[in-house]
Amino acid sequence: MISDLIAARSQMAMSLGFHIVFAVLGIAMPVLMAAAEWRWLKTKDEAYLALAKRWSKGTAILFAVGAVSGTVLSFELGLLWPSFMERAGPVVGPLFGLEGFAFFTEAIFLGIYLYGWSRLPPRAHFIAGLIVAASGTASAMFIVTVNAWMNAPTGFDIVNGEITNVRPLVPFLHPFAFHETLHMLLAAFAATGLLVAGIHAFLLLRHPSNQFHKNALVIALVVGGIPAILQPASGDLIARAVADHQPAKLAAMEAHFVTEAGADFVLFGLPDVSSQTVDYAVVIPHGLSLLLHGNPHAIVPGLDQIPRQDWPPVAVTHVAFQVMVVCGLIMAGMTIWAGWRWWKGRLEEDRWLLRMLLATAPLGFIAIEAGWVVTEVGRQPWIIQGLMRTSQAVTPMPGLWIPMVTFSALYILLAGVVVWAIRRHIAATMAVSPDQGVGRDTA
Amino acid sequence: MPSYELMVAAALVGALTFYLLFGGADFGAGIWTLFAMGRQGQPQRALIDQAIGPIWEANHVWLIIAVVILFTAFPPAFAVISIRLHIPLTVMLIGIVLRGTAFAIRTHDISSRSDGFTGAPPIWHRIFAWSSLITPTMLGIILGAIASGRASGPTDTIREAFVDPWLAPFSITVGVLATALVAYLAAVYLIMESSDPELRRLFRRRAVMSGILVIILAAIALFLTHDGAPEIYRGLVQTALGRATVVATALVHLAALWAVITARNLLARFLAGVGAVAILWGWALSQYPYLVEPSVTIYDAAPHSTLDILLASLLLGSIVLLPFLFYLYKLFKGDVLLHRHD
Ligand code: HDD
Ligand code: HEM
Ligand code: HEM
Repeated sequence: MISDLIAARSQMAMSLGFHIVFAVLGIAMPVLMAAAEWRWLKTKDEAYLALAKRWSKGTAILFAVGAVSGTVLSFELGLLWPSFMERAGPVVGPLFGLEGFAFFTEAIFLGIYLYGWSRLPPRAHFIAGLIVAASGTASAMFIVTVNAWMNAPTGFDIVNGEITNVRPLVPFLHPFAFHETLHMLLAAFAATGLLVAGIHAFLLLRHPSNQFHKNALVIALVVGGIPAILQPASGDLIARAVADHQPAKLAAMEAHFVTEAGADFVLFGLPDVSSQTVDYAVVIPHGLSLLLHGNPHAIVPGLDQIPRQDWPPVAVTHVAFQVMVVCGLIMAGMTIWAGWRWWKGRLEEDRWLLRMLLATAPLGFIAIEAGWVVTEVGRQPWIIQGLMRTSQAVTPMPGLWIPMVTFSALYILLAGVVVWAIRRHIAATMAVSPDQGVGRDTA
Repeated sequence: MPSYELMVAAALVGALTFYLLFGGADFGAGIWTLFAMGRQGQPQRALIDQAIGPIWEANHVWLIIAVVILFTAFPPAFAVISIRLHIPLTVMLIGIVLRGTAFAIRTHDISSRSDGFTGAPPIWHRIFAWSSLITPTMLGIILGAIASGRASGPTDTIREAFVDPWLAPFSITVGVLATALVAYLAAVYLIMESSDPELRRLFRRRAVMSGILVIILAAIALFLTHDGAPEIYRGLVQTALGRATVVATALVHLAALWAVITARNLLARFLAGVGAVAILWGWALSQYPYLVEPSVTIYDAAPHSTLDILLASLLLGSIVLLPFLFYLYKLFKGDVLLHRHD
C-alpha cells in the first residue's frame, strides 16, 4: 500500500489541480461576460446581450464547483497538514482572512449578476459583473501570495526553533509574491480566453456566417491573447525570482546538474538522475546564463551545490517546466497569427486559423497544471522552503489512501458531470439560432 | 476591554451564527426536497430553487470565514479538531461538494426554467436532497464531539484516536438535532416565500412538526450531557445562569411554535431564528473558555500581532461587506419580507 505521506500529497495535488481549473475560469469568465455586456451597452446590438447571457448560464455551474472544491481545500489544509497550519497559520492566516472577504464579495455579486438580469438597470448589472471579476482577481492574488510565502518565507523570526515576531503584512511585499501573482493572473486570462476562443472557432467552422460566434471569438481572443503574449516575459521574471530564492528548484527545472559559468539552456529532454545527464535534449550554448543574468558567462549554481537529500524530483520538475514553456510559446504564436489575420481583415474566414485555435484550445490549462507541478514538486522536500519538510507536516491519521481514493473518485465523477453539463450548453447554442430564444431563458 | 482572544472567539461564534441562520436554512430547504421528488414535487422544488438560488453561495462563505478564523487565530484547536475528527469532517466535505454541484446542475441546466422544470436527470434532485441531509448532521456531530471532551481522549489505537471522539450518543444526538434545526428554520422561512396557499399550508405543517422534533431532540441532548459532555452539563445545568439560559431557550421555541401556528409569519421567522441562535450560544457559553473540551482554550492562540491584523481585517471586511449583503437580501427577499402575499 502507498505511504500516508504520498497519499496526502496526491490528495492535495489532486484537489488543487481540480480546483485551479474552476478558479481560473471563475477569474476570467466574468471579464468575458462583462466585455460582451459592455459591447451591448455601447452598440445596443442584442446579439451581445444574448452572448453575455449564454456565457453566464454555463459559468454558473463552474462557479458552484469552484466554490465547493475551494471549501474542501480550506479544510484539507488542516486535515492533511495540521502541523503546517499550526506554524504557518499565524503568518499567512490574515492573507486567508482577506481572501475570505474577497470570496464573500464575489459570491454576493455573483448572485446579483446571475439572478438580477431583470431586477437591475443594465448599467448596475454590468457593474455587478465587474465586481465579480475584481473580487475573483483579488482572491487569486491573496492565495498565490500564500504560495509565494511557502516558496520564500518572510515576515517572522526564528528564536529557539519557534516562529516569533510575526509581521503578517510582510509576505505581501515580497517580490516573489508580485511575480507569482502576476504570472498566475496572466495565466488565468490567457487560458480561459483561448479556450473559449477555441470553442467558438469550432462553432464557426460549423456555422461560418454566424454573427453570434464571430462576436464571441473576437472578445475571447482579445481577453486571452494579450495576456498570452505577455506571459513569456512574466515567466522570465518569475524564473529569476526562483533563481534568487530557490536555487534547487531552478536547477531541477533546467536539469542543471553541475555548477558552471556560461551554463547552457537545456530544451526538452529526459533527465537521468543517476548518470546526471539529459537524454534527447536540445542544448542552447550559454543560454541559461544569458536568460537569467543577461550575461553569457554568468555562473549558475547546479544541483551539485545542494545536499542530495534536499533535491526535488528532477525529471518531473524539468519535464513539467518544458511542457509549460512550449505551451506558452505556442499560445503566444497563435495570438500573433490571429492578430495578423484580424489586421488583414475577416479573421473568421481563415479556416486553418479556426482549426488551429480549436486544436490549441486546451493548452492554457495544460500549462497551468504543469506550472503548478513545477512550483510544488520543485519545492520538495520542503513544504515551507528551508523551514519545514513535507514529511514533518503530514497528519498522523493512518489509512490516508481511503480519503485519497474517495476524493479522486468524487472528482473524476464531477469532472465528467461538468463536461456533460457544458456540452449541453454548447449543443443548445448550436441547435437554437442565437437571435431567437437565447435571451429569454435566463430572464 | 475584552482580550483579543475573546474578541476573536466571539467573531468565530458570530460567523457560525450567521452560517446557521442563513447557510443552515439553505441546507434545510434541500432536506425538504426529499419530499418533493417527481412531477407533483415540481412547485415545491421551484419554491426552494427561487428561495435559495441567488443567495446560497454567499451564505456558504460564513463557513469558510469560520474556518479561516479558527486556523489563523487558534491553530492548536484547528490541529486537534482536524486530526481527531478527520472522518466526520471528510464526510461533511463530500456532502458540501455534492450539494453545491447538484444544486447548480439542476438549476442552471440549459433546459431549466424558473417554474421549477428541469431537463437535468432526476438523480440530481436526489443527490441534492441527501447531501443536504448528511452535511448538517456531520457538522452537528463535529460540534457535539468538540463539546464532549472526547477529542482529547486516549490515542493508543486507531479506534480510540479517530473514531471514539465522535461516535458517541451525545454527538450523534447533536448531529440529528442540527439536522432537525435547519429543516425547521427552512420550513419556517419557506412559509413566507410562497404565495400559493397550498404550499404555505404544507410548510406550516412541516414547520410545526420539525419544531416539535427540535424541542424533543434538544431535551434529549441536554439529558445526555450528564455522561456525554460533562463540561456542558456543568455549564448549563449546574449554574443558575445556565439553567436560566435553558429555560429562556425553551420559552423562545414555544413562542415560535405559537407564532407559526397562528400564522404570524414574520414573527415566527424572527423567533425561530432567535431560538436557533439561543441553542448555539448556550453551547458556546457553557464551553467558554474552552475551544476543544477539556484541553484547548481560546488562550492557546496565535501571537497578538496576528490577532491584531485578523481583527482589523474582520472589522474592515464587515464594514465593506455588510451593506453589500444587505443589498443582496433586499434585492431578492425585499418583497417577500414586505408581506407581498399577505
Ligand atoms: C497559461 C498558463 C501558463 C503559461 C503559458 C506559462 N506559465 Fe509559467 N506558470 C503558470 C502558468 C503558465 C502557473 C500555473 O500559473 C504557475 C504556477 C505558479 C504560478 O504562480 O504560476 C507557473 C509557474 C512558473 C514558474 C515557477 C514559479 C515558482 O516556482 O514559483 C516559472 C519559472 C514559470 N512559470 C515560467 C514560465 C515561462 C518561462 C513561460 C514561457 C512561456 C511560462 N511560464 C508560461
Ligand atoms: C492551484 C494550483 C496548485 C496545484 C495544481 C498544486 C499542486 C500541488 C502538487 C502537485 C503537490 C504535491 C507535491 C509533490 O508531490 O511533490 C502539492 C502539494 C501541496 N501544495 Fe500545492 N498546488 C497548487 C497551489 C497551492 C497553493 C496556492 C497552496 C497554498 C496555500 C498550496 C499548498 C500545498 C501544500 C500544503 C502541499 C502539500 C505539501 C507538498 O507536497 O508540498 N498549493 N500541490
Ligand atoms: C493558486 C491557486 C488558487 C487560485 C488562483 C484560487 C482562486 C480562486 C477563485 C478565483 C475562486 C472563486 C471563483 C470560483 O468560485 O470559482 C476560488 C474559490 C475558492 N477557493 Fe481558491 N484558489 C486557489 C487555491 C485555493 C486554495 C489553496 C484554497 C484553500 C485554502 C482555496 C480556497 C477556496 C475557497 C474556500 C473557495 C470558495 C469561495 C466561495 O465560496 O465562493 N483556493 N478560488
